[in-house]
Amino acid sequence: MSYEFLQILWFILIAVLWIGFYFLEGFDFGVGMLIPILGKKDEERRAIINTIGSVWDGNEVWLLTAGGATFAAFPHWYATMFSGFYLPLFLLLVGLIIRGISFEYRSKDANPAWRNRFDWMIAIGSFLAALLLGTAFANLAKGVPIDANMNYVSPNGIMTTIGLLNPFGLIGGLTTVTVFLLHGANFLSLKLDGELRERARAFSKKLYIFAAVMVILLAVTTYIYTDILTKIGVNPGITPIISVVALLVSIYFINRKMEGWAFISVSLHIVLTQVAFFTLMFPRVMVSSLNPEWSLTIFNASSSQYTLTVMSIVAVIFVPIVLAYQGWTYYMFRKRITTDKKTLVY
Amino acid sequence: MDPITLSRWQFGLTTVYHFLFVPLTLGLGWFVAYMQTRYYQTKDETFRKMAKFWGKLFLINFAIGVVTGIVQEFQFGMNWSEYSRYVGDIFGAPLAIEALLAFFMESTFLGIWIFGEGRVPEKVHLASIWLVAIGSNLSALWILLANGWMQHPVGYVINEVTGRAELIDFFALISNPKGWLFFWHTIAAGLATASFLILGVSAYHLIRKQYTDVFKRSFQMAALVGLIASTLVFLGGHTNGQYMYDTQPMKFAAIEAHWETSEPASFSILTIGDLTGKREVWSIRVPRVLSFLACNNFDCEVRGVYDIQNEYAATYGPGDYIPLMVVTYWTFRFMMTIGFSMMAISFFFLLATRKQYENAKWMKWVPWVIVLPYIANMSGWILTEMGRQPWIVQGLLTVEKAVSPNLTTLDLLISLIGYVVVYGSLAVAMVYLMKKYAIAGPDAAIHESVDVEPQSGVGDVLPIGAQD
Repeated sequence: MSYEFLQILWFILIAVLWIGFYFLEGFDFGVGMLIPILGKKDEERRAIINTIGSVWDGNEVWLLTAGGATFAAFPHWYATMFSGFYLPLFLLLVGLIIRGISFEYRSKDANPAWRNRFDWMIAIGSFLAALLLGTAFANLAKGVPIDANMNYVSPNGIMTTIGLLNPFGLIGGLTTVTVFLLHGANFLSLKLDGELRERARAFSKKLYIFAAVMVILLAVTTYIYTDILTKIGVNPGITPIISVVALLVSIYFINRKMEGWAFISVSLHIVLTQVAFFTLMFPRVMVSSLNPEWSLTIFNASSSQYTLTVMSIVAVIFVPIVLAYQGWTYYMFRKRITTDKKTLVY
Repeated sequence: MDPITLSRWQFGLTTVYHFLFVPLTLGLGWFVAYMQTRYYQTKDETFRKMAKFWGKLFLINFAIGVVTGIVQEFQFGMNWSEYSRYVGDIFGAPLAIEALLAFFMESTFLGIWIFGEGRVPEKVHLASIWLVAIGSNLSALWILLANGWMQHPVGYVINEVTGRAELIDFFALISNPKGWLFFWHTIAAGLATASFLILGVSAYHLIRKQYTDVFKRSFQMAALVGLIASTLVFLGGHTNGQYMYDTQPMKFAAIEAHWETSEPASFSILTIGDLTGKREVWSIRVPRVLSFLACNNFDCEVRGVYDIQNEYAATYGPGDYIPLMVVTYWTFRFMMTIGFSMMAISFFFLLATRKQYENAKWMKWVPWVIVLPYIANMSGWILTEMGRQPWIVQGLLTVEKAVSPNLTTLDLLISLIGYVVVYGSLAVAMVYLMKKYAIAGPDAAIHESVDVEPQSGVGDVLPIGAQD
């Protein structure tokens, strides 16, 4: 296999990991944010958590694997992005830590204050993670100050962080939060029963208009803040168009209480938005706002041909196995969850 | 304080903290899997209670290991970007493989194990705890192969154009003896840690004459495994020491405060250095033992710190290549003393279990043995990482050159203080829960996961068995 082929292959593989992560953790983060909003009583909150209880940790591994694969296949990308986004990533880690520990610890003590605190930590952690990921991805598309030595140029990390909170970054972050909330509410209306299911549906109904506005705003501002016009042109191609349409179509399904289709169309939106993002980036992995020549690409940021070959063999063998057993877990736990005290796992 | 010093502290603190929880995960998983298997085979209720009770402690500990592990995966790029660029071609591969092979496995099947009881077939439920144990130990293997490469780089060339290390032999990377010796040492240490936790907690209940069936059986099992595991830790450590003498002679000399090359070499029982840590003031020594440690032979020559410093200065250019000896010397002695004590203690327990032992006077001290493996585990990692200094990759890259160039003192103060606050709070919650469930006994562990009767109102008090 030629070097160039392997570099493209690994770009696609890492894109797939991110897409999978956004699709799966997207509803996890949404569900996390919705725990204190939709769950009034303790067993309701527990039922909401249990819709993702058996899978959230496996879903998060998609992020870890994306990180590990980036390190192995594109060390410069990993080094520049992770050191450049230092404080946002630190906050992302804090979000993931407080969220992850809370799933396991919230029910281990009966004290209402204890449980309430951990429920809010899940919600805040999920919100923080969604917001920061969206902001970071928007800034990746917009371009960040990278010098000739592939290093992030900034007086310090606080300035970097403030720099990321430009209008486009904020739009990206808030869009991600809104879409994940919608994704989570749709997921909950699929997985819950009774009154909770109704509440989740009602929430989707209230939210979809915000989601639609944010997504359209993001699509429009992409023309202002990124180099899409010079790179792709006014016509963005079929992917982003279907992506936006899918989100709008979900409104119809939500109104018709066709929750399965609503979930599928928002999922399609999330997946295609990520596809559009990676298409816009390709073959760059980090865009330099200082000089296009200094951008990191799959060619100047990658590992050696040998490493890519070895990693490809490993991936070809193990990715299908992982997909098989993860998919099987969802099948195992496909039943709706009720607040019935007899069956609720605490 | 400069960013390098702060980055070092941050890496050291977050890594040592992470490793406070990892060994118990590695070891206790096997115990729980075995107990559940015995229940599956015999339908003996005692085994069910054992699996439930130790499984609960396993989960409380596992969660904190998982969330602190995410930091590990990210901080190479965040704080050590130059390192990541330099070694990414090699070091990234085991890390990615660890995520793909091990993280997916342990997290997915842990979910099935927690939520699957009564929902998936009993066999699948049993298989899932085995896969969790295998997954977490597999994860240890890959990260130790990665660390083994930092201690003893193999299978690479330095690219003349880019100046970076590149992988040329993947097989050499995954068969690096250093990594496998670490794996042996670490897995055995994990089993020993779990054994000592079980011994301590079981003794607590046996003194109080509660749940005697569960804890007598646990105590006996842990005494046996503890003896075997701590012996394996010792053998692995000894073999590792000899390999270290060949591949990292400076680390070897530094942990022994062995200043001058000598033949045969004496072993220091106690050495006092001067304030610079680079000169000996006074010591008590046993003749020829160090030669034995280095090469299984009481007469061989062992090179000293000064000679190796001169050799390194000639090879790598002027500089200080001596690790902080007060740390390497003392952490080694803590680790070894505790390791031998653990062998002796578990041997003593094993003998004691042949007769009536629950009422023995010494039983009231047994809960304290839980702390022993923790001190030893921590000492071991501080020793092995600080003994490699100033190198981040032995002989190839120093720590000073590895740090991210764009970070400032302020960035690091923010993140370091943040980690201390978050990790500190986690520790408080974790210790509280561990203690609570350890003291509550098996009934609470069983009732907490099933038959809960929640009442209305957020977080109303739930009847969780005997815990209160």
